[in-house]
Amino acid sequence: MSLELRETPLRAEHEALGGRMVDFAGWLMPVQYAGIIEEHNAVRSGVGIFDVCHMAEFRFFGFEAKAALDRIVANDLDRIDTVGDALYTVMCDEDGGIIDDLIVYHTGDLEYLIVANASNHDTDWDWICSHLPDEVEASDESERTALIAVQGPHALRVVAELAADGWEPPARFSIGEAMLDGVATLVARTGYTGEDGVEIFCHTSKAVQIWRTLLSFPEVVPCGLGARDTLRLEMGYPLYGSDMDRGVDPISAGLGWTIPRAKTGYIGESAIARVREAGPARKLVGLTVEGGIPRHGYAVLHDGAEVGKVASGTFSPTLSQGIATAYVPATLAEPGAVLNVEIRRKTVAATVTKPPFVKDTSLSAVRS
Amino acid sequence: MYPKDLKYDREHEWVRVEGDLAVIGISHFAQDQLGEVVYVDLPSAGDDVSAGDAFGEVESVKSVSELFTPVSGEIVDVNTALDDAPETVNQDPYGDGWMIKVRMSDAAEVDGLMSAEEYEAFIAEEA
Repeated sequence: MSLELRETPLRAEHEALGGRMVDFAGWLMPVQYAGIIEEHNAVRSGVGIFDVCHMAEFRFFGFEAKAALDRIVANDLDRIDTVGDALYTVMCDEDGGIIDDLIVYHTGDLEYLIVANASNHDTDWDWICSHLPDEVEASDESERTALIAVQGPHALRVVAELAADGWEPPARFSIGEAMLDGVATLVARTGYTGEDGVEIFCHTSKAVQIWRTLLSFPEVVPCGLGARDTLRLEMGYPLYGSDMDRGVDPISAGLGWTIPRAKTGYIGESAIARVREAGPARKLVGLTVEGGIPRHGYAVLHDGAEVGKVASGTFSPTLSQGIATAYVPATLAEPGAVLNVEIRRKTVAATVTKPPFVKDTSLSAVRS
Repeated sequence: MYPKDLKYDREHEWVRVEGDLAVIGISHFAQDQLGEVVYVDLPSAGDDVSAGDAFGEVESVKSVSELFTPVSGEIVDVNTALDDAPETVNQDPYGDGWMIKVRMSDAAEVDGLMSAEEYEAFIAEEA
């Protein structure tokens, strides 16, 4: 085990729970406890909790903060004009290449909180700071911020038990302050599982307390990165580094919905406009696979010729079959198109599917 | 965890001798390392194998492992029930989780495998 791996405040908790620990983005993280499928199913039917303390949290403050961030991210911060609202966005370079995907929370009149992928912590911080005017205060709060996700149809009910009487959870894609178990927190109704739930921000010194209090409810199941991946892929949520990277633009990656056509004045604008105009040559599609588990890097074929490679691939516990994403020629990107995936020595059928692969989750019930 | 009437190989397969047949599966240690098994890819009955040959694959969400036969001979039976219930490998690795039966061409090959005690010592070193 490398001594250079970073640890979250919950590392000892995971080991006590029998968590199988792995290196993820330079952090020692649990990939599973009882088992990926068991944990996945617990989130779909009950409530699971995730240690996501490794993620980056950056706070920005000032009269110029909104305008400055609006030039850096591709989505429109006017959409989160109301304090408490949150927005999913990508951040691109001048060539339209995706640097990261992020959530921006409008946490105060002149203040924004950005949560970014652990794997891009340093790149994102350097990039954002190099594009901020001096008037905007910037603070990397990651080291003192713990983040615990509570996800599943029963998640809100459990979290309400930790709050004072009469506490109302924030609306979907909103954030608000809350005293949970006597600890000052921010509670965001966001998540990466496709179920209803929240992500709880607190000071690192309180992470163990919140984690243990959540686990004191018998229905709460600790869940690792393995289940996190199967849950998000069932929903078609992209994973940076797997579904997109610096070499792809958001239109080709299927994230054009996060960039309003009317948005101007942001980094990458002209490159993205060119792709929109011409139409992307290749697109990220979902694939439902028969008879095997597609994995990253496996060849995707059409009429016997390789047309792409699997980006993300896994076994869907809900569907009991393989699911994947892959970049394929735009002409083949029609839902229903039948392609093939080479799974080591065999070739199996793969049908282009518009995500989400799993519908009718507790979150889809909230939205409707 | 490691029945004494079985023999084990370094790839974590076990063998139960029934007359001239070798019943083969994977050990408790192997299924635990894999996690929940979701696919078992087995050959057809009638195939000939040599000791050490890969005869199939077992997959969990996060990993794929090849399966190796500890003995040579003809595969005479394959546990097709694992197609619909791969999790049997986790639940009953030495019983209903059996994978193939080989009519041995050289029964003495079994003598070269590890006893339960030797296998336990072997995995204690691996882990």
